[in-house]
Amino acid sequence: MADVVGYRREVPGSQPPHLHAPYASTVKRAPTRPLVYIPHTLSEVTGPVFGHDRVRPEDADLTKQGAGQPIGERMILAGRVLDGDGRPVPHTLVEIWQANSTGRYHHERDQHDAPLDPNFTGTGRCITDAEGNYRFVTIKPGAYPWRNHHNAWRPEHIHFSLFGPSFMTRLVTQMYFPGDPLFPYDPIFNGIPDEAARQRVICQFDLGLTEPEWALGYRWDIVLRGRDATPMEK
Amino acid sequence: MTDKLIPTASATVGPYFHIGLTWLNHTEMATAATAGRQIVITGRVVDGNGEAIPDAMIELWQANAAGRYDHPEDGREDKPVDRSFHGYGRSRTDNDGGFRFVTVKPGPVPGPGNTLQAPHVVVALFMRGLLKHLYTRIYFADEAAANAADPILGLIDDEGRRATLLAQPGPDGTYRWDIVMQGDNETVFFDV
Ligand SMILES: [Fe+2]
Repeated sequence: MADVVGYRREVPGSQPPHLHAPYASTVKRAPTRPLVYIPHTLSEVTGPVFGHDRVRPEDADLTKQGAGQPIGERMILAGRVLDGDGRPVPHTLVEIWQANSTGRYHHERDQHDAPLDPNFTGTGRCITDAEGNYRFVTIKPGAYPWRNHHNAWRPEHIHFSLFGPSFMTRLVTQMYFPGDPLFPYDPIFNGIPDEAARQRVICQFDLGLTEPEWALGYRWDIVLRGRDATPMEK
Repeated sequence: MTDKLIPTASATVGPYFHIGLTWLNHTEMATAATAGRQIVITGRVVDGNGEAIPDAMIELWQANAAGRYDHPEDGREDKPVDRSFHGYGRSRTDNDGGFRFVTVKPGPVPGPGNTLQAPHVVVALFMRGLLKHLYTRIYFADEAAANAADPILGLIDDEGRRATLLAQPGPDGTYRWDIVMQGDNETVFFDV
């Protein structure tokens, strides 16, 4: 059996650490021992593949899940899923979830005193097309308070979950909006060490994606781990 | 040559991931039609205070009973794909930090070089308070000979810590495997 081709390792500064004390929940949940370095085997470079049978086209429109239209600023969110060499990642599952326009999640544990919207569940999913494109229609989420520290508020964000071609390309992240005044105060956003890496989790307003008389457009590209070069034959 | 792009930074799933992710929950990974020995893996996820973590999500990825992954990069034709078994599982933890998967015991799969890996399940762990997910593996305590020769377990220098990856057999095909985030029995997590 030839050795498998692995995935590239983390670029220092580009990913948050496990322990980031300003985000209080990390303190009792981050591992205290060093992670054990292992090579990538067949177990790592394979992973679940989901087909279109699991996802319907209407799952990508979060404004059409209720009897009526949700309240808030309608938006189109689109972009490409790319690998570390800039190649598209086609036919991969993208899952999103978010608060409604008042900053309240459709979740039993969210007790924020802001109204729920009966026409908005805040969940969507799609499969990227052959060029790695994804596209959602949704409502711009509101900021919301949390109890991490005094007067703590999360910047507006949308949660993303992606798979890519292997279990090593799995990514769960959060996408933010340009110019949010809460950025300097948010320990989750600032858990990303490098400024350039923080900027890459902020979407861009896109007039070309904006549809007249209907919805603002935002664009955000997502990069999954790239592949090592093929090893030389021994 | 294409410039290399740096992967997007990870973030926690947060406390409300259930609304977006539980639609894909899959804890009954094997059915009566699935080849191999059906097993049930249960456990708990606990934090550095030994308290339950009720807002974690666990994903499993494993080979079928023949040791074949249902994935395009596993093209070994001598190991059959099982149409009734994909090998992916997803579960949230319950209020007691608990989880339960019904699956089959995976077969051995190739390791680096000419090695063979003991039966194992790859685990990805997500939770509120975890800014990037962790990877670990479930091995089976009743595979002592295969475990002793496993090339990945052998990379854990502290032999005592290898036991944190061993699911302990109980009655009727059950296995117990807990995830301990911190402390004396802290689970081994992998840098992959
Ligand atoms: Fe959130």
